[in-house]
Amino acid sequence: MHMADALVSPAVGGAMWATSAALIGYCSAQGHKHLDERKVPLMGVLGAFVFTAQIINFTIPATGSSGHLGGGLLLAILLGPSAAFLTIASVLMVQALFFADGGLLALGCNIFNLGFFPAFFAYPLIYRKLIGRNPGQSSMVMATIVAAVVSLQLGSLGVVLQTVASGVSALPFKEFLLLMQSIHLAIGVVEGVATALVIAFIYRARPETLENVSRVKPTAKRPLRSLLATLLAAAALTGGVLSWFASDAPDGLEWSIARITESAGFPHAQDPEHKALETIQSKTALHSGVTMPEGKRGHPEETASPVEERIGKSLSGLIGGAITLAVCFLVGILCRKRAEPKGFGASH
Amino acid sequence: MLAIDGTFLDFKQLDLLATQHTALHRLDPRAKVLTTACFVLCVVSFDRYTISAMLPYLLYPAVLIAASGLPFGYILRKILIVIPFALVIGIFNPVFDRQVIMHVGEFAIWGGWVSCASILIRATLTASVAIILVALTGFPVICAALEKLGMPKAFAVQLLFLYRYIFVLTDEGVRTIRACQLRSFGRRGLSLRQFGSLVGHLLLRTWDRAERIHMAMLARGFSGEFHTTGPQGRFGSKELIFMGGWSALFIVLRLYNAPQLLGGLFAGSLS
Repeated sequence: MHMADALVSPAVGGAMWATSAALIGYCSAQGHKHLDERKVPLMGVLGAFVFTAQIINFTIPATGSSGHLGGGLLLAILLGPSAAFLTIASVLMVQALFFADGGLLALGCNIFNLGFFPAFFAYPLIYRKLIGRNPGQSSMVMATIVAAVVSLQLGSLGVVLQTVASGVSALPFKEFLLLMQSIHLAIGVVEGVATALVIAFIYRARPETLENVSRVKPTAKRPLRSLLATLLAAAALTGGVLSWFASDAPDGLEWSIARITESAGFPHAQDPEHKALETIQSKTALHSGVTMPEGKRGHPEETASPVEERIGKSLSGLIGGAITLAVCFLVGILCRKRAEPKGFGASH
Repeated sequence: MLAIDGTFLDFKQLDLLATQHTALHRLDPRAKVLTTACFVLCVVSFDRYTISAMLPYLLYPAVLIAASGLPFGYILRKILIVIPFALVIGIFNPVFDRQVIMHVGEFAIWGGWVSCASILIRATLTASVAIILVALTGFPVICAALEKLGMPKAFAVQLLFLYRYIFVLTDEGVRTIRACQLRSFGRRGLSLRQFGSLVGHLLLRTWDRAERIHMAMLARGFSGEFHTTGPQGRFGSKELIFMGGWSALFIVLRLYNAPQLLGGLFAGSLS
C-alpha cells in the first residue's frame, strides 16, 4: 500500500507532505504537553517492534498464502492516537530511506494513509466506541477487526484518490477504486485478525498494559475534539491544492506542448473565467485529473505533421537519449577513476 | 530464514556505508537533503509521457556513486527490489491508455507503454537518490539535518530511538523465528495461534525493555536530546556550490529537453 514517488505529482505529494508535517507538528506538541515521560522510549522501541513483527509471517488458513502485521492499529491501541501517529510516521520514514519503500515525496501520502486513519479515525471513533467501558476479550477482538478493516479501507481510498489526482497512472478512478477496496477488504480482515490475536494475548498475559492506555483519558480525549478541526483543515488544504493542481497543470502541459511543437498552445487557459470554471469542474469531478493529458495526445494528431518529420523527431529523441545515457556512464567512470586514489589516501 | 537475515544484513550494510570519509560524506547533511528534494521534485514534475528529458538526471546518482566509491552493484540491487512496486500500478497504463501517440517506423506506440516506461524511469531515479542519500549521510545525521530544517524535536528523538532499536529488536526477532523454525521440523509458516503468542511475547519483552531503557535514561540524566556524531553543521562554500550547482542543473534540465537538443544536433549534422 506504500505509494511510490513515481506515481505522485508534485502538487499532490506536496499537499500531503504539508498535511502530514502539520499533523507531526501537532502530535509532537501534544506529546510535549501531555505525554508521560515513560512513553518516549516506549514509542521508539515499539516502532522497532513493528519492524520486527513485519518480518514474522503467518499462514492464512485455507489459502496457502501468508500475511503479516501492519502495526498501525496495534500502535494506536497500545500508545493512543498522537504517540501512535508519530511512531507510524517514523517507521515509514525509515522504510522510505533505507528500503526506498515508498518514496521521499510520497512519504507525506504514506504517513497520512497509514498513520492518520488508524490513529485518528479507526482507533478513537471505532475501536474505543465499540469496546465500551469494561471491555471483555471478545468485544476487543471484534472491535479490533472492525477498526482494522475500516482504517485499511480509508487508507486505500486515500491511495486511490492521490494516485488518480496525480495523473501519472492511467488507471480510471472507478476500476482502480473497486480493485483497491476489494483487495484491502481482504488485507484488512487479515490485519485485523493478526492485531486481535496479539491484543488477545496481551489481554490474557498482562491486562494492565492495555488498561494503562485506556485509563489515560485526557490524552485520548483531547485529540478527539481537535481531531475534527485537523480533519477539516486537511480536507480543505487537500481540496484546495488539488483543484489548484487540476486547473494549473494543463497550463504546464500546454506550455510544454507548445515548446515541443513550437505552436502557441491553447488560448482558453489564459481566460480567467475558464480557469474558474475548470476549478469548479475539477472539484466536482475527480476524473478531470485523468483526462487532462488528452490535450497532449490529441495535439500531434491535429497538426498531422508529416510522418517523416515525426520519425525524425523520435529518431533525434532516441539518438539524444542514447548519447545522454552514454555521457552519464562515462562521467561516472571518469569520476570513479579520479576518486580511487583519493579513497586510498583516506584509508591510509 | 536466510532471506530475512539477508534483508537485515543489507540494512546494516547501508548503515555502514555512511561511516566512510569522502568529500561527499563530509558535506553538511542539509545540502544533501535539500539537493535530493530538488532532484525528486524536478523528476516528478515531468508529465506522464516524458522519457528522454528524464534521462540526464541519471547523471546525479552516477556521479555521486562514482565519486564516493559506493558499491554500484549493491545500490542497483536495492533499486531493483523496489521497482516492481511501482510497476504493479504502472503496468495498467498500457491496458487503459491505448491512444497512439507516436510511430517508430511501422510500429504505432500506445501512450500507455510510454507512460509505463516513464514510471519505471521515475522509480529508478527517485529510489536511487533516496538510497544514496542514506549511504552518503547516515540516518542520525539526516535526522539532525531535518531538525535544523524545522522538524519538531519530539519527532527527531522518536526517529533516533526507533533507529537505535531496530537493530536490537530485529536481531531478537530473527533469533526467535530461527528457534521456531528449528523446532517445527521444516513446516513453513506459523499458524494464527502461534503467531499471536509469538508476537505477543515479543511485544511483552519489548515493553519490558522500554521500561529498562527509561530507567537507564533517567540514571544517565537524559534531557530529551540526542547527541549525534558526524559532520558538525557548517553550511560553507562547498555546500553552497554542491547544492547550487546541482539544483541549477536540475532546473535547467527540467526546462530544456537536453537529449532532444543533443539528438537534433547530431541528426542535423548527419544530414
